[in-house]
Amino acid sequence: MVTIEINGQKIEARQGAMIIEVADAHGVEIPRFCYHKKLSVAANCRMCLVEVEGQRKPLPACATPVADGMIIKTESAIAKDAQKSVMEFLLINHPLDCPICDQGGECELQDVALECGKDVSRFTEKKRVVEDKDIGPLIETEMTRCIHCTRCVRFGREIAGIREMGAVGRGEHTEISTFIEKSVDSEVSGNIIDLCPVGALTAKPSRYQARAWEMIQYDSVSPHDCIGANLHVHTRHNEIIRVAPKENEATNEVWLSDRDRYSYEALTKGKRLLAPMIRQDGNWVESDWETALEKTASKLNVVAQTNGPEQIAGLASPIATTEELYLLQKIIRGLGSNNVDHRLRISDFSNQYYESLYPQLGIQLSELEELDACLLVGTNLRKEQPLAALRIRKATRYGDMATINARKIYNNFKVKHELVVEPKDWVVELAGVAKYLSQLEQNQKKLAKLEGLADLLTEVKISEKQQKIAKMLLNSENTSVVLGETAVEFSQASQLRILAKAIARLSRSSYGFLSHGGNSAGAYLAGAIPHRGPAGADVEAGGANAYEMLNQGKKAFVLVKTEPGKDSILGETAKQAAHNADFVVALTSFADDEAFEYADVVLPIAGYLESAGSYVNVNGRWQDFAASVTAPGQAKPAWKVLRVLGNLLNLKNFDYVSAQDVMQEVKGRMGAVGDKIKSKWYCPEALAENGFSPDPATIYQTDAYVRRAKALQQTALAKGEDELKRPPLSPFHNIVGGV
Amino acid sequence: MSKADLPQLLSSKAIEQINDWLKKYPDNRRRAAVIPALTIAQDELGYLARETMDAVAAYLEIPNIAAYEVATFYSMFSLEPRGRHVVSLCTNVSCMLAGSEELKQWFKDELGIAPGETTQDGRITLKEVECLAACGGAPMLEVGKQYHENLNVEKLFHLIKELT
Repeated sequence: MVTIEINGQKIEARQGAMIIEVADAHGVEIPRFCYHKKLSVAANCRMCLVEVEGQRKPLPACATPVADGMIIKTESAIAKDAQKSVMEFLLINHPLDCPICDQGGECELQDVALECGKDVSRFTEKKRVVEDKDIGPLIETEMTRCIHCTRCVRFGREIAGIREMGAVGRGEHTEISTFIEKSVDSEVSGNIIDLCPVGALTAKPSRYQARAWEMIQYDSVSPHDCIGANLHVHTRHNEIIRVAPKENEATNEVWLSDRDRYSYEALTKGKRLLAPMIRQDGNWVESDWETALEKTASKLNVVAQTNGPEQIAGLASPIATTEELYLLQKIIRGLGSNNVDHRLRISDFSNQYYESLYPQLGIQLSELEELDACLLVGTNLRKEQPLAALRIRKATRYGDMATINARKIYNNFKVKHELVVEPKDWVVELAGVAKYLSQLEQNQKKLAKLEGLADLLTEVKISEKQQKIAKMLLNSENTSVVLGETAVEFSQASQLRILAKAIARLSRSSYGFLSHGGNSAGAYLAGAIPHRGPAGADVEAGGANAYEMLNQGKKAFVLVKTEPGKDSILGETAKQAAHNADFVVALTSFADDEAFEYADVVLPIAGYLESAGSYVNVNGRWQDFAASVTAPGQAKPAWKVLRVLGNLLNLKNFDYVSAQDVMQEVKGRMGAVGDKIKSKWYCPEALAENGFSPDPATIYQTDAYVRRAKALQQTALAKGEDELKRPPLSPFHNIVGGV
Repeated sequence: MSKADLPQLLSSKAIEQINDWLKKYPDNRRRAAVIPALTIAQDELGYLARETMDAVAAYLEIPNIAAYEVATFYSMFSLEPRGRHVVSLCTNVSCMLAGSEELKQWFKDELGIAPGETTQDGRITLKEVECLAACGGAPMLEVGKQYHENLNVEKLFHLIKELT
C-alpha cells in the first residue's frame, strides 16, 4: 500500500493502481472517455489529465500508477486548463445534433462538456463527416459523432474475443469501423452501446422511441439463461422502450448478452394474446376469464375422475418464475398427480434420484474467472450462457481449458485440449480420463467411495489426449469440471454426469452444471419435477417426467409459458402428444402460440417484464423483481391465473395476495426441509455405447420470447451464418493490448 | 480464408521472405510481422486487394480488421490498383520553394492526373508525398524506388517519356 493525496485528502492506495481507480473508489470525479474499468488502458482521449506535484506536465489519471507520497490535484488551474483544452479539441469535429441524438440527456460527452467545455467554439472551419455503416439489426451507427475512444474496439478484442471493429485510416481521416460492410455478429455485441460514451453507437430497435429523461427505470432479471443477469428496464407510458444492464459482479458484471437485451421486443412487437380463447366446434372464440377458467377446472376434474389423476400432466418452461412453477406443481399435485416437469430438453433421467437439491455450478460464477484449469463437457458456452463464456475467456489468460464435445464448436476462448468425438464415443472418451485418474490415485479410501467405477472402466483404453486432460486437471490448483446444456441433453446424460463427477473427485476439482433457461434451479426448489416436491420433499410414487409425458401422451396437459413442439427435444412427437390429448390448456402471452393448433383453452398471461416473480440462478442466488409494466388487454400474471384455477378446483391453501406471498411459502418450505439433499454417488453397470446427441437449440430459439424478438431474429447468429464469417482466433487473443 | 490462401496468391519466394520476418518475433507475436508481410504482398501484386489483406491476416493468425487498420494507416500501402510506375512527388517546404508546384501542374496539364490519380492508359500513378530527405537536390521525385533530383519541367518531360 502507498499513501497518496488527492485534492488534500490522504488516501491509502494499492501499489500499481492507476490514479483514476483510486479517485473513483473515493468519490473524486475525474472526467474520462476512453477509460473503462473492465477494459485495458488506452489513454488516447486525454480527458482525464490531472496535475501531479513535481511533474512539469499534467498526466493522464487512467495511465499513471500511484506512487508513495504522490500529491494529485484534479481541480487545480493546471488540471482544469488541460481538461478544457482537451474538451475543446474533442468538440472540433463533434456535430451539434444533440436534439436528434438518442444519447442526448444521458451522454458522457454532454455531461463533461457542460463541466469543462466553453460556451462558444473558436473553430469556424467545416466539421468532418463520416459515412455511416450498417453493422446489423441491433446497433445503430452515427459515426460522425464518434470521438475515437476505442472502447468498442477494445471490447471486441478483450472481452468478446471477436474483433470486428477497428480504427481505420490516419489522422483526421481515422474512422472507427468494420472497414468492410459487414455486421457485427458477436452474441454480446449490444454491450458496445453501453460502452460508447457518445451517440455513435445506439440501440437500433429503440432508436427515436423516447428521450432519456422521459423514461422510468425498473430493476428486473433476465429469464434466458442460468446466469440471472440483472436488468434495468426503461419504460415510458407503461411501455418498454429498452433494456440495459444493471451492474452485479456476482452475475452479469456490467454486461448483457444480446438475448437479454433485445428479447423484450417479443412483448412490445410480438402478436400478443389479449383475451382468453376457447375452442368451440373447432373454431377459436373469444371468452372471458370466468368462463375460460371454469371450463378448464371442470375439464381437469372430469379427466381426474374418469381417467384418473395420473392422466393429468403439467409442463412449464424453465423460464417460468419460481412462483408460477410452484403453483403449477401445487395444482397438479393437488389433483393427485406427480406429472409435473420443466426439463423439456432432457431424455435421460436415470440418476435423477441421486441429484443434488437443484442443478448448481459448484463454484460462484465469478470464480470461473480464476480457474487454473477447467474441463468443459458438452457445452457451446458462447451460445448457451454467453456471459459465462466471457468469464471463462478471462480465466484463459492464465488458465487452461479442455473441452469434450460431440460437435466442433467455435469458442471465443482458447482451448488447450480439444476432443471432438462422435456422440456414440462420448461416454468412452470421458471414461478414459476417469480411468487414467483412478490409476494415478493413491488414496484407496477415495477410490472405494466411487463404488463400481473400477469395474465400469475395466475395458476402457486410455488415449494420449485423455491423459493430457487428466494431467491438466491434476497439476493445477483451482480446477473445475462443468457440464453444459448439450451434455445434459445427451441420450446417455447420466453416464456423462457420473464420469464427470468421478473425474472431478479424483482430480480434486469442483463439479457442476450450467442448466437450461433462467430458472432450472427455481423449478427444482419449487418442486416442478415429478420425483421430488417443493424444497426437495419426498413424494409418493414419482410421476412421469417431461419425456414420458410427451412421448407416451397424457389425457390432459396444463402448459405454462411453453410450446412443447419447439421447446422439447421430442419436437413433432411432443406436438402430436398435445394433439392427441383430450384437453389442453395453455398459459401464453402470444396470439401466435403453437397451442392454437391443439389446445382447447388458451389463457393470456403477462410476459416476463410484466409480472412480479423470482428466478434462482445456477449459484442458488434467489432474485425477485416487481413488474416493470402492466400486461396488455386482459392478460394477467400467470401466478394469479394459477391461484384462481387452484381455487376453482377447490384445492386447499390457494389464498395468495401477491407473488411475494408465494415466494415466502416456497422459502418457508426451504427452511423446513433445509439443504439435506446432497448428490449421491451412483454407478451404472456398463458403459453406454449408442449415445445420441439431439440437435442443439440455436441461441435465438431457446424460449417463447427470443423466438419472437424481431431484431434478434434478423441477426446473422439467428440465421446461422455467423460461423462462416467468423475470423479465426488469434493464438494470443487474450493478452491485453494484443490483437 | 485460411493459412493456406496466401501461398496461393504469392510466389514461394515471397512466402519465404514473410516466414523470415516471422522468425524474428516470438510465436505468439505474429502480428508484429504485419507491415513487412503487407509490403511483400504489395510488391508482388501491385496493390492490396481486400482478398490479399484477408489472406495476410489469416496467414499471421490475426483478425482481418488488424490488417485493414495497418493497410489504411500507412501511405505506402495502396488499396487500389496503381499504374505501372508510381511517381512520388515531394511537395514539402524545400521542394516547394525550388518549384515542385510547377511540376505538379505539369502532371495535370500534360498527363491529366492530380495526386492520387492514375493515367488512363495505366502507365503512371502520381502521389504527393512529404519530405523524402533529399532537400539538397530539390525539387525531387521518386519513380518506384529510384530518386530523381534537381528537376525542372524539361527534365521531367524526358524522364516521364522514357517510362513505358
